[in-house]
Amino acid sequence: MNSSIPLRALAPARAPDLPRHDFDQLLKAQGITLPPLGINTLQVNITRLCNQVCRHCHVDASPTRTEALSRAGVERCVELLALHPQIGTLDITGGAPELHPDFEWLVAQATALGRHVMVRHNLTVTFDQHPQTGASMAHLPALFARHRCEVVCSLPYYQEFFTDAQRGDGVFAKSIQGLQDLNALGYGQPGSGLVLNLVYNPVGPYLPAAQAALQADYQRELHDRFAVVFNQLYTITNMPINRFRLHLEKSGQYESYMDKLLGAFNAQAAAGVMCRTLISVGHDGRLYDCDFNQMLDLPVPGQAGRAATIFNTDLAALAQRQIRFGSHCLGCTAGAGSSCGGATT
Amino acid sequence: MSSYYESTDLARFGQIGEHGKALADEFFKYYGMVTGADGALTRREKALIALAISHSEKCPYCIDAYSTACLEAGANPAQMMEAVHVAAAMKAGITLVHAVQMKNHLDKLVL
Repeated sequence: MNSSIPLRALAPARAPDLPRHDFDQLLKAQGITLPPLGINTLQVNITRLCNQVCRHCHVDASPTRTEALSRAGVERCVELLALHPQIGTLDITGGAPELHPDFEWLVAQATALGRHVMVRHNLTVTFDQHPQTGASMAHLPALFARHRCEVVCSLPYYQEFFTDAQRGDGVFAKSIQGLQDLNALGYGQPGSGLVLNLVYNPVGPYLPAAQAALQADYQRELHDRFAVVFNQLYTITNMPINRFRLHLEKSGQYESYMDKLLGAFNAQAAAGVMCRTLISVGHDGRLYDCDFNQMLDLPVPGQAGRAATIFNTDLAALAQRQIRFGSHCLGCTAGAGSSCGGATT
Repeated sequence: MSSYYESTDLARFGQIGEHGKALADEFFKYYGMVTGADGALTRREKALIALAISHSEKCPYCIDAYSTACLEAGANPAQMMEAVHVAAAMKAGITLVHAVQMKNHLDKLVL
């Protein structure tokens, strides 16, 4: 275990990917095409600021990050939701998205439009002060409940050892308190309609366990030990990019991890990749096929060689785009598949 | 210095088929059927059994492979360590139960 976590994993020049990890070639060899199917989710990475520094974070989020979507960008996202009723879900992510000054405004506007709003919540931001302003964030659970957001919380295991190893000392205890507070407001309780889902990430270069079996373990253990209840567990594969890739490279495990993902390639999982039904918005308003492409600076190409943005692009036209794939896509197609909503098969 | 055990050799396990493909194919098919899916035992239970045997048989390839397999089946370090203790307890018990054989022989020898 490595005790130091690099805040930024922006690496010096890296060796090019091995030919066998070329995802486009893999699809071609298997005769698979993955065109967009439409856009049912607008995922907005509203800020890279976070109160935590997790070892596997593909965003390289930390308390020192300053990138955030402008007020004009936030307003444009609301406008796009109003213009495109087929986009039923707004998925707000980060960093810790609640740290953005316009977070609550965005949630209120989207729910007023009748959209399903998902918030990627790390459970600890409620207890930690805003890392830059010092403001209390204790109001968040009530805010979520008031707007009836779906809350999606990271909890890499139902025990302290793995959770704190990945997310930092003391995170497990705070996370349990956060879950109990959400439960007290009705989240995860049968019949409440307040949805509380958890996210499992492996704490290293291995694939997630089967989602249904692990969910049963989480439900039993969290209920019996902490009286915590929740709705669903999403298992998500660690993506070999940014901070996690740096860890893999430093520990000499990058190639073997990529081979593991390649060996577990599942055509059925490929058919279900989330980029076919989602569009991702970056802090500068640029559009991406997914949050991972966003972090790798692989934007959707726009007109005249410029990147497509929320300001210059007709979202309906994106149905004709060619999704940009890379070796990291092996992470979404391995085993039972992986997406922001968990396994895809 | 070269070693009798190289961790990279685990990925070359399939090469045993170069000199006996039919037998290797049958072995790997059987191996996959036994370990790779839920049956009367779950994959996790099978991985923990295999991890225990990896230790009792002192196979470094298997220890690496089944430590990972246990995690990929949702097991945790406490369960994995307990599985190794089962192997250790069995080893100790197997050693000690042979003391009865020793006693039998002592009974024959001692006047």
